[in-house]
Amino acid sequence: MTAMRRFLASGWLSTYAFLYVVFLYLPVIFLPIFSVNSAATPKFPLSGFTLKWYEDLPRTPALLDAAWNSLVVGVSASILSTVLGILAARSITRYRYPGRRAINGLIMAPLVLPEIIVAISMLLVILQLGLSLSLFTIVLGHVLICIPYSMTVLTAGFEGFDRSLEEASADLGESAFGTFRRVTLPMVAPAIISSLLVCFTISLDEFIIAFFLTGTEATLPIYIWGQLRFASKLPGVLALGTLLLAASFLLMTIAEILRRRAARRTQNEGGLHA
Amino acid sequence: MPKPPQAERSHQTERPMIEIRNVTRNYGSFKALDDASLTIKEGEFFSLLGPSGCGKTTLLRMIAGFDNPTSGLISVDGQSMEGIPANRRPTNMVFQSYAIFPHLNVEQNVAYGLKRLRLERSEEKRRVEEALAQVSLTGLGKRLATELSGGQRQRVALARALVMRPKVLLLDEPLSALDKKLREQMQVELRRLQQAVGITFVLVTHDQYEALAMSDRIAVMFGGRIAQVASPKEIYQRPVNRQVADFLGGMNFVKAEIVEENGASLVLDTLGFGRVKTDKPRAFVRNGGAATLGIRPERLRVLWDNATAKFEVAGKVVERHYFGEITHLIVEIPGLEKPLSVTETNDFGADDIPVGTSIRLAYDPEALVAMAD
Repeated sequence: MTAMRRFLASGWLSTYAFLYVVFLYLPVIFLPIFSVNSAATPKFPLSGFTLKWYEDLPRTPALLDAAWNSLVVGVSASILSTVLGILAARSITRYRYPGRRAINGLIMAPLVLPEIIVAISMLLVILQLGLSLSLFTIVLGHVLICIPYSMTVLTAGFEGFDRSLEEASADLGESAFGTFRRVTLPMVAPAIISSLLVCFTISLDEFIIAFFLTGTEATLPIYIWGQLRFASKLPGVLALGTLLLAASFLLMTIAEILRRRAARRTQNEGGLHA
Repeated sequence: MPKPPQAERSHQTERPMIEIRNVTRNYGSFKALDDASLTIKEGEFFSLLGPSGCGKTTLLRMIAGFDNPTSGLISVDGQSMEGIPANRRPTNMVFQSYAIFPHLNVEQNVAYGLKRLRLERSEEKRRVEEALAQVSLTGLGKRLATELSGGQRQRVALARALVMRPKVLLLDEPLSALDKKLREQMQVELRRLQQAVGITFVLVTHDQYEALAMSDRIAVMFGGRIAQVASPKEIYQRPVNRQVADFLGGMNFVKAEIVEENGASLVLDTLGFGRVKTDKPRAFVRNGGAATLGIRPERLRVLWDNATAKFEVAGKVVERHYFGEITHLIVEIPGLEKPLSVTETNDFGADDIPVGTSIRLAYDPEALVAMAD
């Protein structure tokens, strides 16, 4: 106990915490740093500050196409997986039936499956079905890997939802659909938005599945992969990567805030002894 | 046994509002409710009283439409409720958790059910205001549900149900989450509110004092069965069996032998109280020669000094418990297997009787209740 206290007092713990964070974020920090470096090769010492790599981005038609494709795939995948997630999360939190835990486990499994295996299997199935590879097949793949995340966020939103709220609504004359629209949906809205944002972010950043399942159209990560073959394009890739990183951070932060708000809201309602 | 006068209940009529006919509810092999039959009258404040798991909440939820009987029939205001979902029944409920919508403010909560009626805006506003006034929440309409105290949430739940002008208001343990003082205050208020609006109230509670204080009539339930339906006074003074007697306050039980039984009365032989003639309870079913005689602790009075009474028993104080305004004495009576418990007010010094004192207790033979064994 005293040893622990001395350890804390000596500042070793804060040093450890500092190194921990450095290990996590140092590689990520290099990206924005080199993206504003005027030299074409990412090397220290830095040669000078420039924004020209960013200015070049909107002047690259292939990149704009890729961004548009990513947007389409991300929006579709996030909506689809959130809708499926709502249904599954509600069933799992609301009803008791045999195999409930097993089903929950199976839905969460893609989280730990190697992505490359998932990608190859999906490719095989899609080819067997005779579908041609397109943005649509990427959406299918992304829905598969997004559902576990969507489920996690939504289950937290649905959990602790006082069932008597829905009964009260029915008691006051509202139909089942009206109850869902006027009570259930508004109460879990923050969780739903949070799920949409998380899924969109995952889809936006995902490479392996998109790489396997795309036809001729590239999403942003595939575009970046293609650009890496040309050394001269590297600074542009770094600039693009920085933007993706910033967008992901922003979306995930908003999602987390909303998720917490949803959890607080449903917990408040449990306030039988308030 | 004459019924206590209830003439002052202005809204109460003899017209049946709720009829429960041979209702049974099974959950697998568990009988939550077993062949219950009951008639609740229009304008009545009716309580379903019993320990947890006795089926009272199951019955209430079946009236509301959240559960359905396995067999039997429920009708409200002459109309069978079979196949009618909760949202189309003329009943409204106050939930135990209050179920206040947390994303709406007080006004929006109260107006929730009115929205479907598509009233004119001014009419809707008027009814919401009226309902809030009924539960003394005027001026709090804009408050968020999360900013309310437990008592206020309860009032919102009441207003939200009353604003629908239901034929029957169902209350599921509405006071159980409140502290003692607030609970007692709300008992009085609920009773007053019911008298004012004249709506039939059905209250579920496990608190016998709550049921006694508020109800016109009470149904006492045990293990899915209705044991007794009567006015609070009759339930308290003339319980049909030991279980009911025990659940409603304290009762001394004395073993008795049936000497004579005829239409209206019983003659019993007991060790402590000698030969006793009592009214025969309506539901009395003889079970061999044995019966139980009961007397409430507060119906035994300590006889001071040389005072005498026509009916008395003598014994020795073995325990004394002080409760402020009253004292509990445990008095051993020769011949009785269990000592009697006696509740005496403290104005004459019952709190000063030393343990070990020999005392005499007076009783009124009217207070003796015969119960089937």
